[in-house]
Amino acid sequence: MRATFKRPTDDPVWLKVLLGTLAFGFIAILLLLPLALVFKEAFAHGLLAFWAAITEPDSLSSVWLSLTVAAIAVPLNTVFGIAAAWSIAKFDFTGKTFLVTLIDLPFSVSPVVSGLIYVLVFGAQGWFGRDLMDHNIHILFALPGMVLATIFVTFPFVARELIPLMVDQGRDEEEAAATLGASGLGTFLRVTLPNIKWGLLYGILLCNARALGEFGAVSVVSGHIRGVTNTMPLHVELLYNNYDYVGAFSVAALLAMLGLITLTLKSLLEWRYADELAAAHRH
Amino acid sequence: MSLTVDSVSKKFGRFPALNGASFVAPQGGFISLLGPSGSGKTTLLRILGGLEFADSGSVRFADLNWLDMPARTRNAGFVFQQYALFKHMTVADNIAFGLRVRPRNKRPSNSDIQHRVKELLDLVQLPGLDKRYPSQLSGGQRQRVAVARALAIEPRMLLLDEPFGALDAKVRKELRADLRRIHDHAGVTTVFVTHDQEEAFAVADLVAVLKDGRIEQYGAPADVRRNPKTAFVSEFLAT
Repeated sequence: MRATFKRPTDDPVWLKVLLGTLAFGFIAILLLLPLALVFKEAFAHGLLAFWAAITEPDSLSSVWLSLTVAAIAVPLNTVFGIAAAWSIAKFDFTGKTFLVTLIDLPFSVSPVVSGLIYVLVFGAQGWFGRDLMDHNIHILFALPGMVLATIFVTFPFVARELIPLMVDQGRDEEEAAATLGASGLGTFLRVTLPNIKWGLLYGILLCNARALGEFGAVSVVSGHIRGVTNTMPLHVELLYNNYDYVGAFSVAALLAMLGLITLTLKSLLEWRYADELAAAHRH
Repeated sequence: MSLTVDSVSKKFGRFPALNGASFVAPQGGFISLLGPSGSGKTTLLRILGGLEFADSGSVRFADLNWLDMPARTRNAGFVFQQYALFKHMTVADNIAFGLRVRPRNKRPSNSDIQHRVKELLDLVQLPGLDKRYPSQLSGGQRQRVAVARALAIEPRMLLLDEPFGALDAKVRKELRADLRRIHDHAGVTTVFVTHDQEEAFAVADLVAVLKDGRIEQYGAPADVRRNPKTAFVSEFLAT
């Protein structure tokens, strides 16, 4: 009989099964089950009830508002994120570590606190409150405040995704481009951007998902005016607190669907460009 | 039309990388900057390429105030130790890069660019590899592409930073013979950084031996070898 050799990294079967079951079980109970329940509740009274709930004017306006906030906040944070990552990865300056810490700030501060900061700055009793009121400029309890709060909370996503990537890639290719006569913008468009496009895309998708789903910070600055300053997450809470479960779960299901679309988009792109991704990692 | 480097100094923080380096080289010359690591040779090369800025001193080249020009207008081809090829572009696109980024009135036509790319691939002996990506090439092939890319802009000066440092001995020998051939063919003033004295002496017309940011000795390879001027040079050449 031939002796059977085991690779040193081969784990016993029972361990593989145990770990696999744990991982899948954990995901199923904590992530998939609640998601499934949201959809079950949304459709509890049939498709028509779901449709009626999401086409109700206040719901529609909350969808519209959420999309508007994301449409403003995400492009701005994309630009800020690229700028921050660029300066951190490609330049040497004092205070760099401090800047990195600042970028992480929104992750470490509770969103409610960041919302309150805006109330302190722009509120009626705040630093600029009186001046703003004199000039009839509405920031708090209006779109600008909600956009600002969302920008604050979602700032790190693009920057955080890009910084390690760009630090790892170094400056060699940009230097080569400069010696070959490329301008700053030309170098960015032809060399830097193609090298970071995947990281940038993930960052934007994550940023977008969070911008649509943000509750805490927006809740503080929104004022919860039904049909005017209620984003989707806020509208879900309002409906739920009013015992309108079908309405609450219908809007929640719609919100979840937007998230699932984002996820599908990411997977599709990964699948479509698998070769290119592998080539980028191999180098 | 010569290259005059006059007491160039550079500090990184409090560390002096260059301490008044000076040399004069004729137009079309092939100069090796030789020295141990930390001697300032790469810093000097990067200053010539416009990738680093001198604290003091001056460089005149082809009657130009070289240090006042930004890297992208110097038209100096730079070859990096780690190749620095654009990894998302094919070999052909890498080589054509310097031509494609020119302003429209100075940009060659597409067919001219293609023709030039083919010529350069023949010159660096990589015919037919134009559609490959850098990740599909060996180290020696990558560095050949990098040389072709630097030559594509018809540079006034060719700067090479330990270009063969990451390659094995056999490939190094092949490449340095090819580099000399390419230099003689293009007639471009070439500055070559290395810590390998055999390489420096084999390939260059003039060798500058650096130590602690200063040029210890400068001259033709045979002279430097026969009459080392300082204890450091003779010691360095003996190892």
